[in-house]
Amino acid sequence: MSAESEKFNLSEWIFTTDHKRIGVMYLIGSIAAFGVAGIMAILIRIEQSSLGPTLADDALTAGQQYNEWLYFHGAAMILAFLIPGLTGFAANYFLPLMIGAADVAFPRINALSVWLFWCGIIVALLGFVIPDTPDIMWTGYPPYSILTGGNTAFYVFTVHLLGFASILGAVNFLVTVIYMRAPGMGWNQLNMFVWSTVTAFVIQLVFVPVLAAAVTMLLFDKYLGTHFFDPSAGGDVLLYQNLFWFYSHPAVYVILLPALGILYEVVATFSKNKIFNYKAGVYGGMWGVVLISGEVWVHHLYISGMPNWIRVGMMISTLLISLPVGLLAISLFGTLYKGAITFELPMKYAISCLFLFLIGGLTGIPLAITALDLHLSETSFIHAHFHYIMGIFATFSVFAAVYYWFPKMTGRMFNEKLGTIGFWLNFIGVNVTFLPLFKIGIDGMPRRYWNYEMFPQFETWHFVAMIGALLVAAGMLLTVSNWIISAFNGEPASDNPWKSKSLEWTHTVSPPGPGNFLKPVEVETDWTPYDYRK
Amino acid sequence: MKKMLATLTGIALVVSSAIVMASESSDTIKDPAEEWQHLWTEVLVDLYILGGIFGALAIYWLFKYRAKDPDAVGDGPNLSRAQVWAWAIVPCVLFLADDLYLGASGWSAWNVYRNVPENAMEVKVTGSMWNWEFEYEDGTTSTYDVDGDEGEKGDGLVVPVGTPVALRMTSTDVIHSFGLTKYRVKEDLMPGRVTYIWFYPKEEAKSWVTCTEFCGASHARMYAPVKAIPQAKFENWLAKRAKEEAEE
Ligand code: HEM
Ligand SMILES: [Cu+2]
Ligand SMILES: [Cu+2]
Repeated sequence: MSAESEKFNLSEWIFTTDHKRIGVMYLIGSIAAFGVAGIMAILIRIEQSSLGPTLADDALTAGQQYNEWLYFHGAAMILAFLIPGLTGFAANYFLPLMIGAADVAFPRINALSVWLFWCGIIVALLGFVIPDTPDIMWTGYPPYSILTGGNTAFYVFTVHLLGFASILGAVNFLVTVIYMRAPGMGWNQLNMFVWSTVTAFVIQLVFVPVLAAAVTMLLFDKYLGTHFFDPSAGGDVLLYQNLFWFYSHPAVYVILLPALGILYEVVATFSKNKIFNYKAGVYGGMWGVVLISGEVWVHHLYISGMPNWIRVGMMISTLLISLPVGLLAISLFGTLYKGAITFELPMKYAISCLFLFLIGGLTGIPLAITALDLHLSETSFIHAHFHYIMGIFATFSVFAAVYYWFPKMTGRMFNEKLGTIGFWLNFIGVNVTFLPLFKIGIDGMPRRYWNYEMFPQFETWHFVAMIGALLVAAGMLLTVSNWIISAFNGEPASDNPWKSKSLEWTHTVSPPGPGNFLKPVEVETDWTPYDYRK
Repeated sequence: MKKMLATLTGIALVVSSAIVMASESSDTIKDPAEEWQHLWTEVLVDLYILGGIFGALAIYWLFKYRAKDPDAVGDGPNLSRAQVWAWAIVPCVLFLADDLYLGASGWSAWNVYRNVPENAMEVKVTGSMWNWEFEYEDGTTSTYDVDGDEGEKGDGLVVPVGTPVALRMTSTDVIHSFGLTKYRVKEDLMPGRVTYIWFYPKEEAKSWVTCTEFCGASHARMYAPVKAIPQAKFENWLAKRAKEEAEE
């Protein structure tokens, strides 16, 4: 995509082992998934915008198609957009550059991983062309996912492919960071984004196999007649939920950590400042999250009839997440302190993320408290909570990343004006969509409901939420078209337009060629990527 | 220091409330919905304080430290070893105190949610795709048909005002969940397992139970009215229902 690019050659891209091209392929795939899942979101919002069936003639059709859209929306956004966007695209392109490496440790395994990712996306999309589209929500709870006429197998195989891609990535990047750092680069000189990727991949490596096992058992129960989850034959209905959340709670940190990692980079660069209390952020914050991530999953089963002692116990462990997350917040917000702050587009996204992070994180606290959750669980309140912290916060951090590194990846500048209009549409739109959901959630609007004839008083707010979603749709269109147009026609950018001190900006051209650096990188013992005062 | 105090008070409160609860007679029944409201308000204050501190600081700093000229660089503090530890430990202690305080309040509310009063009326609830069935202690049942003609839908769950209602719940097929917004309770119904919750209708009211665990195409239409009516009316209704059922 560079200015002086040679003729485009598709097979060169498909068979590439260059981590930067692999990163771009991850980006294209995950943005494609984001687009399709986004269209589903608009359909869902339109269906809910008025009482009664809006996009169908009868209730049964409305319910069935709504469930299929919602399934794809959730599964694709998490598994095919956020996780690959953060740990696939961003880590692939920038982690080797940040540590001064020429590539990852196992370039060919890296290529395999992106192929598996693309296969996963294709299998997920095939779900729409087969007769019985999966309709099991991204959580896929049995017995419904086993009894349904929908093709649960497409869900299972998507999880397998994407999970396998992620495990390969995890091994690859952990080895890369351990063995391929530039000579002289100690552990306390790593970029925050590098640490966030390391910790996210540690979590993936430990927990993905559990999810893979859980969905494989679904497959066996549904198609091979086993009874893992069937109580009438000695199985256990709750086993799946435990396994699923044993992975999927940590998975929210696989999204949260790299998203925060990106924000540290952007905030530090546009404040020209060092990270506030780096060590507390890394060792207390990120590793603290890893440590606690596996002991809190029952907060997703508060209403499932788990024994009382474990519901109270996991209330305490869930509340304790506030310790490492608090440290992360302090070092992130603290990086603004005594900075020299400028407000270019990536920074606009980063600042909005601070806001989204506060709302999303704080609304997690009432949910952690078992008694409060017995009312809030499975309502629009949950829906709004995890959209703030995961849906929008992490998505905006991906956008911040693309804009921040756009000059590095393309050698060109994006269109700031177009981007800014897109930003405001996005930011206003998401708040118009999701703030009302907190309110109607507290008042009892159930989640995953296309129909709410028993609560007609919620119609106005649902309509408002649809308007918000349309604003976001417009904002996203502007944003993505800005990227595409500017990648080919933008103003040429210098190698380090933001005057960052991080290696990917200081030590190589934009975009970096094969091998990344013109000569091998070495760093001084007192070098850090946030060394603005020198 | 305040938080520490609050925590210690919180712990003391739990211990004392446990003692009080053990010695209390059943005529002072605590209502889960009220406990919920109380705790919610408490937590909201906490959230506003935390959000206020971080939000206000961020806004102030963004304003105060905007770059004065294009080449300006930041001047963030170089923390000494002791400061590094202090900036990790002090916030952790504060957060921990807050957590324990909330945990203590949460625990005492939880005890109210899970300890069914002795004089509760028991109703068996069975969920299936996609309707609710309620069975009273005398074996009488009641349901609700969302597609029925007006006046023929059925009555749903009818309960007497002033009596705590305990629900013993199970499912015949997939997982459902009994979500009763008005009384702030919710719990899943599962095949092969029995779960329970209770609520306390203190005045005449009509509300809705909605299914709150995804269960397929008509999940969003799995609802039924919950009517709390005076004791005498309730007894009449139950007798009438019993007779209807005998005739069916
Ligand atoms: C800051 C501390 C947090 C706390 C205390 C917290 C607490 C909770 C709780 C208790 C639930 C379950 C509620 C229910 O289903 O009844 C929940 C749901 C959820 N949370 Fe959080 N959360 C926090 C942060 C996060 C983060 C950082 C993410 C993602 C990056 C996240 C993503 C989600 C998602 C996706 C769900 C819904 C899952 C589903 O049922 O489909 N949360 N949260
Ligand atoms: Cu969780
Ligand atoms: Cu349901």
